[in-house]
Amino acid sequence: MHDSHEHEHEFKIPLGPQHPALKEPENFSIALKGEKIMGVDIRLGYNHRGIEKACEERTFLQDVYLIERVCGICSHSHSSAYVQAVEEIAGLSVPRRALYIRTLIGELERVHSHFLWLGVAGHEIGFDTLLMYTWRDREIVMDLLAQLTGNRVNYGINTIGGVRRDITPEYGKDILAAIATLEERTKYYIQIATEETSIIKRLSGVGMISRQDAVRLGAVGPTARASGVDRDIRREDPYAAYAELDFNVITDDHCDVFGRTVVRLKELLESFKIIRQVVAKIPDGPIAVRAPRKIPAGEALSRYEAPRGEDVHYVKSNGGEKPERVKVRAPTLANIQTVKHMLRDRFLADMPIVIAAIDPCFSCTDRLVGVRHLDNHKRETLSWENLRLFSLGWHRARGFDVAIAEKKLHNLMEH
Amino acid sequence: MKPGRMLNLVLQSLFKRPATLNYPVDKSGMPKGFRGKITFDPSKCIGCRMCMRDCPANAITINKVGEKRFEAVFDLGRCIYCAQCVDSCLKRALVSSPEFELAQLDKKKLKVVFHPPAQEASGL
Amino acid sequence: MSALFSILIYPGFLFLALFGLIAEFIDRKLYARMQNRQGPPWFQPLADFIKLLGKEDIVPDEANPRMFRLMPLFALTAVVSSIIYIPLWKTGALYSFSGDLVVVLYLLTLPTLAFFIGGWYSTSLYARIGSVRSLTQMFAYEVPLFMGLFSPALLADSWTLSEISQFYVDHPMYSFFNVLGFAISLIALLGKLEKAPFDIPEAETEIVAGTFTEYSGRLFAFFRLSIDIEMVVGASLLAAVFLPFGLSGDAVIGFLIYILKVLLVVFLLTLARTIFARMRIDQMVRFCWKYLVPLALVQLLAILLVKGVVL
Repeated sequence: MHDSHEHEHEFKIPLGPQHPALKEPENFSIALKGEKIMGVDIRLGYNHRGIEKACEERTFLQDVYLIERVCGICSHSHSSAYVQAVEEIAGLSVPRRALYIRTLIGELERVHSHFLWLGVAGHEIGFDTLLMYTWRDREIVMDLLAQLTGNRVNYGINTIGGVRRDITPEYGKDILAAIATLEERTKYYIQIATEETSIIKRLSGVGMISRQDAVRLGAVGPTARASGVDRDIRREDPYAAYAELDFNVITDDHCDVFGRTVVRLKELLESFKIIRQVVAKIPDGPIAVRAPRKIPAGEALSRYEAPRGEDVHYVKSNGGEKPERVKVRAPTLANIQTVKHMLRDRFLADMPIVIAAIDPCFSCTDRLVGVRHLDNHKRETLSWENLRLFSLGWHRARGFDVAIAEKKLHNLMEH
Repeated sequence: MKPGRMLNLVLQSLFKRPATLNYPVDKSGMPKGFRGKITFDPSKCIGCRMCMRDCPANAITINKVGEKRFEAVFDLGRCIYCAQCVDSCLKRALVSSPEFELAQLDKKKLKVVFHPPAQEASGL
Repeated sequence: MSALFSILIYPGFLFLALFGLIAEFIDRKLYARMQNRQGPPWFQPLADFIKLLGKEDIVPDEANPRMFRLMPLFALTAVVSSIIYIPLWKTGALYSFSGDLVVVLYLLTLPTLAFFIGGWYSTSLYARIGSVRSLTQMFAYEVPLFMGLFSPALLADSWTLSEISQFYVDHPMYSFFNVLGFAISLIALLGKLEKAPFDIPEAETEIVAGTFTEYSGRLFAFFRLSIDIEMVVGASLLAAVFLPFGLSGDAVIGFLIYILKVLLVVFLLTLARTIFARMRIDQMVRFCWKYLVPLALVQLLAILLVKGVVL
């Protein structure tokens, strides 16, 4: 009796799968008592696209473009991690110039991702002015990426054995000019984020996670670094050209959303430093080596410091044209565990910014569909065809027949 | 800590032109080397079908329509504009164009066929 | 006949609706331009309104249909009727009786109550959280708003709006004693209009549209219109009490000055919502009681001193 009285005023509200705070479908079920969060349940899986399975159906070269589409923001991170793994299996030595170009695009991607994050964070705390200005400035780096690679997102610069496009000296000038503007803007945003009262009030002390907890829950990237965990793949396991470049790993010990903001903004300044060095030091030479169509049997694990944290790819080849297995561990999967922890005893109003603070990318995270039978607890992994059949049946049971819908759509198109 | 740190910038913007581009009316134009719609030059094609083999989206079909004459069928709905086919083509028959406004209401219009030039009539 | 004209046309419903839509446009345009954006065209609020009128009204199954349908009209009626007691372009209001300042303030409280009841009876969880928030917020901003508006009344020795503005027309220098009260009332008005940084009851990223989550079509259109009108009425009230300049001239100039005064208040409200992030509800309540109320007390004290020494 007593217990039921305790929980009398507790109720559950769903945040997602469709919710203005979330940019991608994901479900957070929040138990609330007034404005206070009593517990959070996270359900992943709304964005599962079967990319890993689809990779097994395509050749190594085709997979570069498929893997790139795991994520719309850190597309270069995923494709780089994948090609690094494949190159390791095939034993290709990538030309140094190609490595420098990969580094350059990777850092430009980090710049655009962190600018995007700052805008989203502003929007989540109801500060749309910050969103509008940061996204306006982000256009500079987006245009630059379009100029260098041929597209604003999904740059398609990587190929197995090198890169697809060269950076001509004229581009160097454009890059430096864009970086100079962006650096000035970044300094302004650092000033705003660390001095504006209404921002600090919403960020500091929110979403606390201690150093021990961050390590225990396996946090990566800026989320971990803001809790004082000094970890960065670019320094610890240097890939591309990072071993030859000079940069600092930014850490902070605020342990809250404010700390994560500061880490991301200061990382931008480090990225500008790296980009300047790349433009100055880029060696001459070829940009790619010829890759064989058939990759010899073997397996490799590749790590990459994406803007959101450590991205891990595992590739296994059986000596054919197609990989036997590709496994993606996106940074959000490592960080999502911390969200539950961060939200303990916080307010409903902190929910959006705390989720946004790990810079989540849910479609990166949703990977595998595992099935556990309720009656006998048997585990099963769905095959491609079974998954399709299950989906068709699921929709039909809810009154949506795909065949009829397709016919209707067809008729609509006719008229 | 001071409230209203963005006040200056915000008031300055009142007297500046908006950064927005009125898209359908004004266009910024695409940079050189933009990967847009693929164009096909039938006269260069030798029918090796490397593009078909490498296309990650199965968007290209090369059909043989006569002696050394090939037509290309593109499915713009499937194409992911990665331009791998441009890289794969040995004879540079495929080229990226800056055209990117390719949305269609009618699904059939997304199928683009590049016919080979009419063969010179053998009688002449 | 003339009563009907003043209720329906000027300064009643039609004038207020048009002015409200214009004020919304100016608010949105300024907001956009201050963010270096283009902003909507001039007819956008009207177009939104007409579009909403043409849409289907959806009443949730669980909701109480009578309350759900009644509340938008209730809010609209309350704000429109309050304009009748506020002096617009001359010192006298349309109707006036002793103590009408209090009545206007209570009439302006009714829309918030209507939001609460409408949100509560729509039974959606988001709407319920939103409606509870709007009520919580009301208890925080209402006290400083009342105190801020009472200090000029105290100085003018009257609770009648027409007499207050007459007093300041006769002694224009005295209105400078009320600058602090103006600032306090302006901040409290932000809370009443549920605009950032106090847009907590309809915080989009937290509770979708808060109170209005389940509202659609005509009912939503009326809610929006009543918020627009509330902005104009609130600005008119502040203008009448704190900015009683240019009231003695002729009708046309007086009217233009009135419009300018309202737009000035709208501009200040827009500026505030451009440069601040949204507060949390606990921060908002604390801010109001910790800073606004003591400041309002200081203002009242100053007025009492002025009254004792000068008058």
